[in-house]
Amino acid sequence: MGVPQKDSRRLRDTLVTNAVRSTAIPMRRHLLPFAFLAPALVIELGIIVYPLLQTFWMSLHDFVLFRPNNAPFIGLGNFVRAFSDPVFWTSAWNSVIWIVLVVGFQFLLGLATALLLNQSFWWRGVARALVVIPWALPSVITALMWTWMYDYDLGVINDVLSRLGLIDAPIAWLARADTTLGAVILALVWQGFPFFAVMILAGLQTVPGELIEAAEIDGANAFQRLTKVILPSIAEVIATALLLRTIWVANSLDVILVMTGGGPGYTTYTVPLYAFLKAYTSMEFGYAAALALIMTALLLLVIYAYVRRAAREL
Amino acid sequence: MAVDRRSRVARILQVEIPILLIIVFAIGPYLWMMLTSVKPDADITQYPLRYWPSAVTFQHYDDLLAHTSFAANLLNSLIVAIGAVLVGLAVSVPAAYAFSRFRFAGRRVLMTQFLVINMFPIVLLIIPLFVLMRNLGLLDTFFGIIAGHSTFAIPFAIWMLTSYMNSIPKEIDDAAFVDGASRLQTIRLVLLPLLMPGLATTAIYIFVTSWNEYLFAMMLSGDNVRTVTVALQHFIGEFTVQWGLLTAGGTLIAIPVTILFLIVQRRLVSGLTSGAVKA
Repeated sequence: MGVPQKDSRRLRDTLVTNAVRSTAIPMRRHLLPFAFLAPALVIELGIIVYPLLQTFWMSLHDFVLFRPNNAPFIGLGNFVRAFSDPVFWTSAWNSVIWIVLVVGFQFLLGLATALLLNQSFWWRGVARALVVIPWALPSVITALMWTWMYDYDLGVINDVLSRLGLIDAPIAWLARADTTLGAVILALVWQGFPFFAVMILAGLQTVPGELIEAAEIDGANAFQRLTKVILPSIAEVIATALLLRTIWVANSLDVILVMTGGGPGYTTYTVPLYAFLKAYTSMEFGYAAALALIMTALLLLVIYAYVRRAAREL
Repeated sequence: MAVDRRSRVARILQVEIPILLIIVFAIGPYLWMMLTSVKPDADITQYPLRYWPSAVTFQHYDDLLAHTSFAANLLNSLIVAIGAVLVGLAVSVPAAYAFSRFRFAGRRVLMTQFLVINMFPIVLLIIPLFVLMRNLGLLDTFFGIIAGHSTFAIPFAIWMLTSYMNSIPKEIDDAAFVDGASRLQTIRLVLLPLLMPGLATTAIYIFVTSWNEYLFAMMLSGDNVRTVTVALQHFIGEFTVQWGLLTAGGTLIAIPVTILFLIVQRRLVSGLTSGAVKA
């Protein structure tokens, strides 16, 4: 459907341009869009493309920052090293848990929020505005707030739980191997669920009320209306949101970095965090570059699926 | 709609109470941070916890601004964020014009690649950018951090502005052409004024993202141009138990972006679905 429209638009463009600028040299007209794109492309070459090529170069060398002149070519050595590195496998496994749980809970909570915000009640406007606040805040603040709430002695979470009689003694949430990953995941769910809420709500508003009403008249109960009518109508929005969010959550490391730094031990290491720490603390840029590339390769399928959807309209 | 037939009680139980719980979850941590920041130290360290402050004090804010580098860090963040906005808009407006108003070979590919690079893991860029800035002697300069933030600001702004530009009918350009305006005059006198709401939204979103950004700022800055997010992280290490100071700093960083974000959030939805908005 989009094709003929595009063609007619192109035809019209050509006609109009020809009519108005019949004196212009055709060659110049071909180059004109690139002249407008030039500043963006030049900067992109400098700060994105060149650094990316540099990453490939580094990943093939034993490049350690404090001895830059002694970086021997080691072929795929860094990649081989990663696959035999137990910390890499721990990080990879944590990344999988991390992505599935964070995206899953963000989605469920976001969906529930969107369904509720799509009902009418008198303070809906205020509720919509307030619910996006976690999304607006910097990751450092998110990490700070939750670290403060998880505090062993003075944290509000231990206090509430012990007042309710759910725990006998305070829990060191961010220092115990069995609670830390879960604690960080909760902070990330908090940070990201408004994104799903806003996006799904936008989708819900396109579902015609008559459709739902018709299902109700036909005897569908609330659960059936949700699973048989509402969710299928917004499947596209949900798919886009899930793909996009999977990419971001997979890439995100700032909240973990500030809250735990990956600890205790390696319990909250994820692949991007491991790559970052290899570069930032041990200065092993070659190995870090290889880790970042492995990470990107694993994500490429998701990125491809997403970009194909987003670029459909072009 | 079906909802309206429910009784008032049913609506309170099925809608208003659940959404109230979600809102409490969403803003509880924020309110708790703000509340902590105005409590006297004695209240903060009292056990069992004292929820409501015995007195409201701005002592922590005073200490933070008078005795630490925080005021300078706020200024640094402001300069970096404004720089990122200016660079982002300056190169993205012409690029969006090209994508929206021309049909040329390579258009699809070029536009798609701006989306793809926005999806790449941030570590993939941070690692080589650090080496690059170090070699150029640009570590710990405004230029370096603004360049780092441009890596996400430019692709985002191009996608946002192209979609805004597409919503302005091309007939308007044509009319200006017919009236004898040159291409640049058309852009400056006709398109830009119509694009203002889109420019404002894009600018605010770049500002918020740059202000909030932590990893590039941490990697590329040192003592000279440290931004607020990096400074706060340093304070977490330095003043471990001084939660009054930390929460005051957090509140100061959070308030401006909360306000800006609330202003633009409704208009962000279209940018979201096109995938340009990063969280």
